[in-house]
Amino acid sequence: MNMQIILAGFGGQGILFAGKVLAYCAMTDGKKLTWLPSYGPEMRGGTANCSVCISDEEIGSPVIQNPDVLIVMNSPSLRKFENNVKTGGIILADSSIITEECQRDDVSFVKVAASDIAEKNELSGGANMVLLGKLLELTNLFTRETVEKALKKCVSPKRPQLIPANLKAMTLGGAFQ
Amino acid sequence: MEKYLMKGNEALGEAAIRAGCKCFFGYPITPQTELSAYMAKQMPKRGGVFLQAESELAAVNMTLGAASTGIRAMTSSSSPGISLKTEGVSYMAGCDLPAVIVNVQRGGPGLGSIQPSQADYFQATRAMGHGDAYIIVLAPNSVQEMADFVGLAFDLADKYRIPAMLLADGLLGQMMEPVSFSDEKTDFVNKDDWAANGHKNKREHNIVNSLYLDAPTLESKVQARFEKYKIIEQNERRCEKYMCDDADILVTAYGATARIAKTAVDHARQKGIKVGLFRPITLYPFPRQELADAAKGAKIILDTELSMGQMIEDVKLSTNCTLPVEFYGRTGGVVPAPEEILAKIEQLNGGLN
Repeated sequence: MNMQIILAGFGGQGILFAGKVLAYCAMTDGKKLTWLPSYGPEMRGGTANCSVCISDEEIGSPVIQNPDVLIVMNSPSLRKFENNVKTGGIILADSSIITEECQRDDVSFVKVAASDIAEKNELSGGANMVLLGKLLELTNLFTRETVEKALKKCVSPKRPQLIPANLKAMTLGGAFQ
Repeated sequence: MEKYLMKGNEALGEAAIRAGCKCFFGYPITPQTELSAYMAKQMPKRGGVFLQAESELAAVNMTLGAASTGIRAMTSSSSPGISLKTEGVSYMAGCDLPAVIVNVQRGGPGLGSIQPSQADYFQATRAMGHGDAYIIVLAPNSVQEMADFVGLAFDLADKYRIPAMLLADGLLGQMMEPVSFSDEKTDFVNKDDWAANGHKNKREHNIVNSLYLDAPTLESKVQARFEKYKIIEQNERRCEKYMCDDADILVTAYGATARIAKTAVDHARQKGIKVGLFRPITLYPFPRQELADAAKGAKIILDTELSMGQMIEDVKLSTNCTLPVEFYGRTGGVVPAPEEILAKIEQLNGGLN
């Protein structure tokens, strides 16, 4: 397996956290992985992104040129990264925020009203996990058991109530059609 | 062994504490700040001292002071901050003090950028301050090596009474990978014969000093130190060789670039190109003999760096310019894709046939 994922959006949407959940899942399953955040001036200007590489083999560059999967939570990020996605890849977008269409016809563009779903279910800030849930449903990248183990490591021990909340958001995302 | 998911900067901090680092003197700068932050959090809880100095100059001189007492001390910064620290490193070299300096490189010169770079190779290996002196320079290429090499740096520093540097870059500092740590170090070199650690009137006091007004005395001190460098150059060269044995093209790269180059080498091999990778792990002492041996069967060398070409000089010196040495580098904080290095390999391979 060799999977390169870019997650991008505004700061505060949990982009880096969602990437971390994927990274912990990969570590739980004994895969090789790298997680690289944007730490440049764009971080101060509001947009955030991170690159997660997951592989059975040793990983060279942690910088992703052409992701297999792009998860986007705002329009500027869709515009910035959509042309880089590999042919046959997946673009997963929060359609509560992104209203425009993808310009490509050689990738699958999957729209999930993630922010609306999160809000309706009183999972404030959970749109990132809704999208992650959809990603796992589309790709079968990790089992639910793996995700549960990973979340235990991602979430602060002082706030264990966040684990079921995150899992619920993922379940809702997975069920979204 | 338990695996943790950590940034390179944080792993470096954890490993330093386990290696017995008792004093850390820092000053924040991107992309190194997580290391300072980790030390600020952990050192007070684990019997150490964390101090954020008023400047890089103060931080490096505090490191000098702490190292003079024989304690394991460390300071860290990124390129512009390291320039400020070079004076203190020269003094430490002149005092034969073991200490660890971390440089998480960013683009330069000047304030440059905050993105990954390897443009401080010359500074690290040639001119960490004024005077006739070298320091040991280790170049990790993964979060695991960030952790492993900080302990190694302390050990080598103590063994030879020499400052040692970890030369990393923003990519290695900021990325997370699974990492495991060795146990807390418990056996340390006894430094009572030179350290200014209190003599209780039971012995002559030890003096840590780099000032020798009598020229012949200073000359003999420097000459003695160069005898030590000879031993270090003999015993401490480290490198990694990957598919070098039958390689027509030998790629040289260190640190993060070596990871990118390795992917390029793998892709080139899949295309039937005979190419290998030579990665220096110690930049001082440079693995000259090992590189010369690895290059014996090669027709051409391709040096790759995140700079305009600095290590390339050591590559040429190691092979006595017997082979053509080509270069591919990106600078200013730009990180090349493996495909860029692959394209260069293919271009060179075309020229060979």
